Amino acid sequence: MPHDGHDHDDDAGAALSPVALRVKALESLLVEKGYVDPAALDVLIETYETLIGPRNGARVVARAWTDPDFADWLRRDATAAITSIGYAGRQGEHMVALFNTPETHNMVVCTLCSCYPWPVLGLPPVWYKSMPYRSRAVMEPRAVLAEFGVTLPEGTAVRVWDSTAEVRYLVIPQRPGGTEGWSAEQLAGLVTRDSMIGTGLASSPA
Amino acid sequence: MKLSDLDSLPKDESGPVFAEPWEAQAFAMAVKLNDAGVFTWSEWAETLGAEIRAEPDRAYYDSWLAALERLVEAKGLISTSERLGRIQDWDAAARATPHGKPIELSRSLPARGTAR
Repeated sequence: MPHDGHDHDDDAGAALSPVALRVKALESLLVEKGYVDPAALDVLIETYETLIGPRNGARVVARAWTDPDFADWLRRDATAAITSIGYAGRQGEHMVALFNTPETHNMVVCTLCSCYPWPVLGLPPVWYKSMPYRSRAVMEPRAVLAEFGVTLPEGTAVRVWDSTAEVRYLVIPQRPGGTEGWSAEQLAGLVTRDSMIGTGLASSPA
Repeated sequence: MKLSDLDSLPKDESGPVFAEPWEAQAFAMAVKLNDAGVFTWSEWAETLGAEIRAEPDRAYYDSWLAALERLVEAKGLISTSERLGRIQDWDAAARATPHGKPIELSRSLPARGTAR
């Protein structure tokens, strides 16, 4: 490992960062021992980086806005309802849908270690994993919301939910006005990732 | 937001979700080991949470990697000496690899713990 804290080019090659070396060491040993398949790792990374994103969650929300039976199912058993449209959670993971109303705005945080509903929202944004968000969301949710540009009406209560390894929350934002007659596909385009964490609202029609 | 924007791939307004490739690799290894039943997701969350609490100022994926190292050793998949030896091997391989060539662990490298 380099001892001087930065890499020189005067060797034949270049030094990898200490952290990259640790990852390569782990990966090569786990592959050799047959615990992980390198091709499967690549597929997983690509899937989370490009394919999942928050669009799965947006489809769930749009379906809930347009299909009252599905919305009911989501309220009763979000894990089953979400699985029914093909977004299976990791094993043991229980999904709960939190419906925003004019009276209550829901917001999700994980104070332990950033548990996040990956199958519907992709990978968590950088700020979700940051210590300031994780501590302040609980202590002063309105101030955090204001920093995200969200100001709620006086009468709306903010409820903060702490994710765990077992329970993941998906916020169902309120359907924006002026979208009567829109298809679920059109509506999904208004559902931002932040609106499903509760640090944003669904976009208004342009 | 314009309707024409909707079909593009999801982007993360706050920047890349992985700052560097190693973060994605570390992420994927933990998920796959969980899939393989090496540890439960609760065990993972507990270990990661403990790493974060131990060094709250450390970057998130640094804690993630530390938790992964700790858990694979605790589960007996890899020993500490094996892991540290392999880090040295990769370091030597990287330094000996000309720019622009893939870094590979050479089978002709001296065995760990000897000829160093």
